[in-house]
Amino acid sequence: MTWFSKFRKLPFWSWFWFLLGVLYFVLPLYATLDFSLRMERGTLSLKAYEVAFSDPQFLNTFLYSIFLAVMTIIFSIALVVPTAYWIRLRLPQARRIVEFITLMPFVVPAIILVFGLIRIYSSPFEIPFTSIVIMQPLTNFKVGTNILIIGGYTVLGLPYMYRSVDTGMRTVDVRTLTEAAQSMGANWGTIITKIILPNVRTALLSGALLTFAIVVGEVVLASFLGIPAFGPYLFLLGQHRAYEPAALAFTTFLLTWAAMGIIQMVTGGQGQAAGAH
Amino acid sequence: MATTILPAEKTKSQPSNWKNWIGVIPFFIFAILFLLLPSVRLFVGSFTNESGNFTLANMAELFSQKVILDAYKISIQVSSITALAGGILGFMLAYSVTVGGLPKSLRSALITFSGVASNFAGVPLAFAFVATLGRTGFITAIMKTYFNLNIYDKGFNLYSFIGLCLTYLYFQFPLMVLIMAPALDGLKKEWKEAAMNLGANTFQYWLKVALPVLLPSILGSMILLFGNAFGAYATAYALTGGALPIVTILIGAQIRGDVLHNPGLGFAMAMGMVVIMAVSLGGYSWLQARTERWLK
Repeated sequence: MTWFSKFRKLPFWSWFWFLLGVLYFVLPLYATLDFSLRMERGTLSLKAYEVAFSDPQFLNTFLYSIFLAVMTIIFSIALVVPTAYWIRLRLPQARRIVEFITLMPFVVPAIILVFGLIRIYSSPFEIPFTSIVIMQPLTNFKVGTNILIIGGYTVLGLPYMYRSVDTGMRTVDVRTLTEAAQSMGANWGTIITKIILPNVRTALLSGALLTFAIVVGEVVLASFLGIPAFGPYLFLLGQHRAYEPAALAFTTFLLTWAAMGIIQMVTGGQGQAAGAH
Repeated sequence: MATTILPAEKTKSQPSNWKNWIGVIPFFIFAILFLLLPSVRLFVGSFTNESGNFTLANMAELFSQKVILDAYKISIQVSSITALAGGILGFMLAYSVTVGGLPKSLRSALITFSGVASNFAGVPLAFAFVATLGRTGFITAIMKTYFNLNIYDKGFNLYSFIGLCLTYLYFQFPLMVLIMAPALDGLKKEWKEAAMNLGANTFQYWLKVALPVLLPSILGSMILLFGNAFGAYATAYALTGGALPIVTILIGAQIRGDVLHNPGLGFAMAMGMVVIMAVSLGGYSWLQARTERWLK
C-alpha cells in the first residue's frame, strides 16, 4: 500500500492537466517554427526569415503598424490619463459611466466597430439642415482613414489602458499629490505632465504594451479601412506563400511574448488578456 | 466609488456641479464620435428600409433567411463548444497551479504563457494551426509516419468547423486560466480544514463547498469566453478564407459588398450580434459580482 499512498500524494491529475495545457500551447508554436525553417529542402535554415524580412513591403507595412501603434498609445494616454485623474479627483460619480464605456469593445467587436465607422464616416460632413459640405468623407483620404483607425484602435485598447491607469492611480494618492503641487503654484498642465504621469509610469507602460500587442497584428480595422498595415500584408502573404508567413507568424509571437514579458516584469501582476481575435 | 462619497463632500461640490464635468468632456466627445455614433447608425439602419422609412422587416427577415440563421447557428455552436472545452481545460490548469499541489514556480510561468497565448490570435494564430494540423502540418505528418494514419482521410479538416474550434481553443483556455487563477486563490484554507474536521473527504469538500462557491465565477467566465469567440473574425477569416459562414464572416462580406442585397439586413445582423455580446457581458458581470461576495 505504501507505493499507492505515495502515488496518491503526487498530484497526478494536476500534472496531467498542466502538461496537456503546455502541449496545446507549445505544439502549434513548435510546428510553426519547424515549418518556417524548412524553406530549403533537406536542411534547416533561416532562409524563410531572410526572404520575408528582405521584402520591402514587409518593412513598409511593419513600420506603418508601429507608427499606428505609437500614435494610438500617445492618443490613448492623452485621453485616458486626464479622464481617470479628473474622475478620481473631482467627479467620482462619473466612474460608473466611464467604466461602462471603456468596456464597450467587449460588446462591440472590431468587425462591428469598423462597420459602424465606415457607414458613419463615408458620407461628407454637412452643416446640419443644409447641403453645404464642410469636409470630405473621412474614408476618402489618407489622413481621414488614419484618424479613423487610430480612433478605432484607441477604442479597442480602452479597456486595458483605462483599467491599467486607474489601478495605477489607486496606488498613488493623487489628491494629496495634487494639493501639494497646487500649494507650490503648479498649474494643471504641470500637475498632469510632471506629477501624475511619472507616478503612473508602470501602469502606462503596461497599458502601452498591451495596446502595442493589439495594434501590430491587427487585421480587421486595417483591411476594411484600406490601411497598408502589417496585418493585411501578412494575410495576403499567406494566400500565396508557404514558408514566409510561418516565419512572420513566429516573429509576431516573439513580439507578443516580449510585450507580455515586459508587462509581467514591471507589474509582477496577473497579466491581462487582449487581442484582435 | 460612487456610493462611498461622504455627504459633506457631496454638498460641497453641488453648487458648481456642471464645472466638475469639464475634465471628462474630451473623453465623452471621443466616445460619442467613435462608439456612440457608429452604434446608433447601425441601430437606426437596422430599422430603416431602402427608401429611408421605418420598418421592422429587417428584424423579421433576420429570423427568416436561412443563410443568416445558419450563420448564427454555426457561430453559437463554435462559441459554446470552445467556451465549454476551453473553460474546462482552463479551469483544470488554473486548479493545478493554484490549489492542485504543483510547484509555485510553474504558476507564474503558466500565467505568463496564458497572457501571451490569449493575445496570440488572428492571422498568425491561423498560420500556426495550418503548420500544425494542415494537410502537411506537423501533427498530420507525425500521424502519417508513426501511426500510418491520414487524419484527412478519416474526415478531419482544419478548414472546417472542428478545425476552427481547435484553433479558437488556443486563445480560449488561457483566458479562462487568467480569470480563474485569482478566484481559486480566494478559496480559504479554513473552509477546507473545517470540512475535513467535520469528516468530509476531498471529493465531498469540492462538491459541497468549493464548487458551489466557484460556480458563478466558472459559469460567468465561460459566458465571457463565449463572447470572446463570438466576436472573433480575423482568425476565422485567415483560417477558412470565408468558407465557413459564421456571423462575423457574413458581416464582413456585407461590408465589402452588399451580399445580402439589403443594407438594412446587414445592420440588423450587426445589431443581433451586439445584443448577444451585451447579454453575455451582462451575464458575466452579474455572476462575477455574486462570486465576489465569497472570494474577497
